[in-house]
Amino acid sequence: MTLKEPLRDSPVAGTLSTFIVPGLMLFLLFVILPVLFAAYVSFFRWNGLGGVPTEFVGLENFQALLKDEVFLGDLWRLGLIVVLSLLVQLPLSFGLAMLLHQRFPGRTAFRLLFFVPYVLTEAVTAVLFRLVFSPRRGFADSLLGSLGIDAQIGWLSDRNIIMFVVFGILTWKFFGFHMILFLAGRQNIPDELYEAAAIDGATRGQAFRNITLPLMGPTARMIVFLSVIGAVQLFDLVYVLTGGGPFHASETLAITMYEQGFQRNQIGYASALSIAMFLISLVFALLYQRYVLNRDLQGSITASGGTRS
Amino acid sequence: MTLTMRNARILRHTGFYIAAFLTTAFVATPILFALLGGFKDNQQLRENALGLPAPWNTANYTDVLASGTFWQQLFSSVFIALVTTFIVVICSAMIAFAFARFAFRGREGLFTLFAAGMMFPFAVAVLPLFIILRTFELLNSPFGVILPQAAFGLPLTIIILRTFFRQIPAEVEEAATIDGAGPWLFFTRILLPMSRPVLATVSVLALVGSWNSFLLPLVVLQKSTWWTLPLGVTQFSGQFASDTAKVLAFVMLAMLPALVFYAFAERHLISGLTAGGTKG
Repeated sequence: MTLKEPLRDSPVAGTLSTFIVPGLMLFLLFVILPVLFAAYVSFFRWNGLGGVPTEFVGLENFQALLKDEVFLGDLWRLGLIVVLSLLVQLPLSFGLAMLLHQRFPGRTAFRLLFFVPYVLTEAVTAVLFRLVFSPRRGFADSLLGSLGIDAQIGWLSDRNIIMFVVFGILTWKFFGFHMILFLAGRQNIPDELYEAAAIDGATRGQAFRNITLPLMGPTARMIVFLSVIGAVQLFDLVYVLTGGGPFHASETLAITMYEQGFQRNQIGYASALSIAMFLISLVFALLYQRYVLNRDLQGSITASGGTRS
Repeated sequence: MTLTMRNARILRHTGFYIAAFLTTAFVATPILFALLGGFKDNQQLRENALGLPAPWNTANYTDVLASGTFWQQLFSSVFIALVTTFIVVICSAMIAFAFARFAFRGREGLFTLFAAGMMFPFAVAVLPLFIILRTFELLNSPFGVILPQAAFGLPLTIIILRTFFRQIPAEVEEAATIDGAGPWLFFTRILLPMSRPVLATVSVLALVGSWNSFLLPLVVLQKSTWWTLPLGVTQFSGQFASDTAKVLAFVMLAMLPALVFYAFAERHLISGLTAGGTKG
């Protein structure tokens, strides 16, 4: 029991519960209960019909997961997306943020424009790109055709390139968001630091290496965190774009869960998968907080003041 | 000396503009493809994929706008988003108020419980949610989408609001108490009006989250009566797979509300979404 404030702040229990109960009910019923239920069902073989699950199978669902090539493939593709994001998307959005931090006419317009894809609904974006990459009247093919390249590229049907197409679309959708976060981080670096460096005779390059890069660290680490958590949960865009195909070549954890649960009625197995998703995010979040974000939270200059309490 | 500096600046600016225009082309091409493609017919799409529509053909857009389905789905999306936002903001504000201004037994534990809710990916809960909603006969009802969405929106909203409510000086509350205001009166008459900016931020977050949500409506709304726009667009594109131009028009019209909202509430939208990002 922690009572830091004096007791006069303590209201009668009735008043207090009117403030808390509605939201708490909602939260328990639609967040906590489902998550506990998923954890429980993951130990059963169950088709979701006819009352409560009865066929207890212990860890069998989890053991099956570790042998499931689709699940292992999902993990591999998750890793691929994360690595590509770190190598391509992050530097791209960082570079653009540095660019738009400079004063030149029209930069506000560019900033607004680059954020537009992030505002659009993922599912709608996916429909749009399905048409861009459609084998019939697709814009991508026409564009290449006008350049004299009449290649029959199966953008969405070639399993060797599908993940790169998906990644390209993810970049289109999310670089603007990351750029805005970087831009906010850059604007939080006090100008005095650069003035002091200039007085000490530092070149622009030296100032960039020794001031900008280290002080953008917290923002970059936060963006990496958001990207990984987002990649674990990726569903809408890929499901609408390809349905996980061709032959699972673009499937994600959430799509496999959806297929197993809602299309094959393997509720127990799908629940085990969803618990695995949860554990992946949780373990990543804990390790990341412990080893990577930890020092940011203690540092004096942090991303955006969002680290109170 | 000054001349070379000016040259260097011009050179640098040229570099900026090249990079900026390349990115602009990258961003704008797909959207222009939808916008202009909607004004073409399918033959033009095949033979004149890159050029402007000739002639401009408005039938795709007018067909979609006259069809009723679009308006019905727009209404569903707006209704579900507004009710979700209302519920999540009211419930969160009350809880955040209790967390920020009252001392009571179990407060920290309860707060940790809500904060832990941020760790649950929505996909983890969607299967059991489906079963729970089926039990309550909320399938095919807008509230089957609204209530879980609102519940999952609570943690982030509570955290942001609690931080803000804590910053309001205790003197304000003391003055209200001396004037005879109880907690309710203080909450509704003083605290909420004082918190308008942060309420706008969290409302934008909830609104956008609901507007974009796909997995939950996909699972809950099996009948088309309450389909939201994201569901409607995917279904429409499957149904009219052979009529690319019309699907492009539908896609463009479905993107339009978000674009208009962005154009008018750009500052709130960006600050809301980045707050959601960095506080997560």
